[in-house]
Amino acid sequence: MTTRREMLQLMGAAAALGGLPRLALAASPGELRGGERRLVFVFLRGGMDGLSAVPAYGDPQFAERRGILAIGAPGSPGGALDLDGHFGLSPHLAELHKLYAARELAVLHAAASPYRERSHFDGQNLLENGTAKPFGRESGWLNVALSARAKVGGVALGQSIPLVLRGSAHVGSWSPSALPGPDPDMLERLAALYRGDALLAQSFAAALEAQGMMKGRDAGGAMAGADGAPQAVLALAKAAGEILGKRDGPRVASIDFGGWDTHISQLGEYSALTRNLRLLDRSVATLKETLGAAWSQTAVLIVTEFGRTVAPNGSGGTDHGTAGAAFVAGGAVRGGRVIADWPGLAENRLYEGRDLRPTLDLRALFKAALLVQLGLDEAVLEAQVFPDSRSVRPLDGLFA
Amino acid sequence: MGTMAMESVIAVNRFGLGAAPGELEAAAADPRGWLAKQVGQPAPAHPQFGKLAHSSEALKEYPRWIASLRTAGTRTVEETFREHFGPIMGQEFGARLSAAATATAPFHERLAWFWANHFTVSAEKPLVFALVGSFEREAIRPNVTGRFADLLIAATRHPAMLLYLDNHLSVRKGWSPARIARSAAFPPPTGLNENLAREILELHTLGVNGGYTQADVTEFARVITGWTASPIMNVPGPGTPGFVFDPARHEPGPRTLLGKTYPEDGIAQGEAVLRDLAAHPATAKHVATKLARHFIADEPPPAAVARIERAFLDSGGHLPSVYAALLDSPEAWERPLAKLKTPVEYVVSCMRALPAMRAAQPQPLYLTLRGMGQRPFFAPSPQGWPDTAAAWSGADALWKRIEWAGILAARLGSGVDPLRIARDGYAETIGEPSRLAIERAESRQQALALWLASPEFQRR
Repeated sequence: MTTRREMLQLMGAAAALGGLPRLALAASPGELRGGERRLVFVFLRGGMDGLSAVPAYGDPQFAERRGILAIGAPGSPGGALDLDGHFGLSPHLAELHKLYAARELAVLHAAASPYRERSHFDGQNLLENGTAKPFGRESGWLNVALSARAKVGGVALGQSIPLVLRGSAHVGSWSPSALPGPDPDMLERLAALYRGDALLAQSFAAALEAQGMMKGRDAGGAMAGADGAPQAVLALAKAAGEILGKRDGPRVASIDFGGWDTHISQLGEYSALTRNLRLLDRSVATLKETLGAAWSQTAVLIVTEFGRTVAPNGSGGTDHGTAGAAFVAGGAVRGGRVIADWPGLAENRLYEGRDLRPTLDLRALFKAALLVQLGLDEAVLEAQVFPDSRSVRPLDGLFA
Repeated sequence: MGTMAMESVIAVNRFGLGAAPGELEAAAADPRGWLAKQVGQPAPAHPQFGKLAHSSEALKEYPRWIASLRTAGTRTVEETFREHFGPIMGQEFGARLSAAATATAPFHERLAWFWANHFTVSAEKPLVFALVGSFEREAIRPNVTGRFADLLIAATRHPAMLLYLDNHLSVRKGWSPARIARSAAFPPPTGLNENLAREILELHTLGVNGGYTQADVTEFARVITGWTASPIMNVPGPGTPGFVFDPARHEPGPRTLLGKTYPEDGIAQGEAVLRDLAAHPATAKHVATKLARHFIADEPPPAAVARIERAFLDSGGHLPSVYAALLDSPEAWERPLAKLKTPVEYVVSCMRALPAMRAAQPQPLYLTLRGMGQRPFFAPSPQGWPDTAAAWSGADALWKRIEWAGILAARLGSGVDPLRIARDGYAETIGEPSRLAIERAESRQQALALWLASPEFQRR
């Protein structure tokens, strides 16, 4: 039986994709290596509650402002896992805590994109498009970065490609499937069928490459990876590790993780926040495990569109806020520290009297990651990737 | 090809749900009239919906379900929900799919989908699991050819919306529950929750740039405190489970919103705000833009948006007048195949093109849609499913369609004439590569798989 890899070789990228621009994925090993460094972008959609994920238990106002949602000091029942005597991690983030101890996790706090309103959808769009405006651009900053580094491929884990990876650089996408794929003859005919259709031809080429890369992989657990299943993100993290762990594969991946819009009952076993924090924790551990040796070259950026209100709302949850927490994990990270210019939680320090005040622009993190992990230079970052961001300096020394 | 022929392809595929056999011919004489007739009358009866339970039936079960959580042990909320409400989702999905596959007024049906997506409620929130289907039948469908204000109020009042966006947990300051059952999973609310108020302003009416402030959001949240559902949270309800306005939870007093002051008037205060929001110029523009994006192109032509917006304002949000302006927009008829189908549109258009599929069990199709990234009733956020090609054209999305088309064609292909199916749906818009691919295929099955995977059939 012809394997999919052999079939791809048989067809040859040129035959299958005649006349198409160069593929972003592994068609031509060697040419696409673009260094050993990896970058994973994890987007926590819905607005992660930064003060639950990373409680500032040492802030004198913390317990009072957070009320029922206050996480206690380390050592108290259900208390935080200590980071630096001031900040801690949610008790549901035990794996991240281990990474912190191993200096493979840095924690950012009071961080935000330049967005200052409270719409999820505008906030996500702005964070992904890289301009300082919602809908400021139709492509995403990570795709623009890939376009500038033509030899680095990207892949979105999931059925659709998030805005951050959309644009002129061709990226693949992959999610588990329970169905058998088409046979080689059919693929050849499909390639001919799509030749006149730029959009679908591009997607088809990227799909062939992604399938080639994941050939022979156990289809089991396909539905566990399907959209909507609570465990989906674990399967996607595993696949990201497998793809980025390859010698000649893409170097950039994105994972979408939704469900962080916790307006009600954030505490307890049944809460969506508890479930999500645990899944995030396990996902990062899974990614590390499947990346194997490549973990040492990897940086994982874990961000959200905004934080949530400092005070609980009337339903034991939190409403849309402004600044929050972010994580940077990986062997390429100089971790074991919290990066924050802490604004405090006193009433007159809050943003609009209700939210954590932003003091750190997430673009400083993104720029640093692109400088070091993708080797982009600063001029390109400012002219193309994050327009009008000169005042935002890349975080220095975050990546080894 | 003739203008009429092209218009009928657009009418049955883009405005309808994909050509059923003979439908293109039926529309050919007067494509616009064929569509206009479908929205000039009330909702067609769907026999499929006759056996489905009213939301009040599901709500009756809620207290038992909530009580069961205390003894749930290691089971997740989702699992306990399935124990109590399991069959509902399957029945609702099967009925909705069958109704769409056989709809004789497919434009009307598509509009019901459009509005259900505009007013998204999603089973992503377990509490809403049993109500997503009934929401569409009770709040959306009866109002598709009515007035926008009535649609907005019906959607806002429905228990599914109140629970999805947490308004049942939004109460006045100082409200103290008299006889509420306390549990760790559902602590009694102590104040405002602004979720529903914000999304009504941002998503359902004015739009994100519609000119409201955080203060308007908070003020509106106060206006709709007390809008809740019985028997959730021990609301002292009417005899029938469903919407209830509970004055005890309502924050009394005049409220100022978008520069206008609304005196205290119980539930009527909220209704007055909703009516004003429905009539607001920003709402007209927001709704017009979304309709044009759905029915004309991902980048809605400004002239068409302006025409629809005008009709919305001039008619006081009379939806058939709004649809008429849409159909009168020349931009809608200039370019066939302008929209990429979403997964559910794709699957339903296959069912319409292949009547043999209509007997299919819904369960595998549910899994198919889930695999394609559009799990039925599980929209990812209150914004609903995306409505542009960029969201649905990625590598994995295309691959999943190809895989599924292959399986489907292997089962059904031997009994059909693929070229005829193609022409029945797309007439002369079929391009040369697709025609050749069908003609030169090595089998009928392969020909059908190629047509279903073709660029034309993936679009509408």
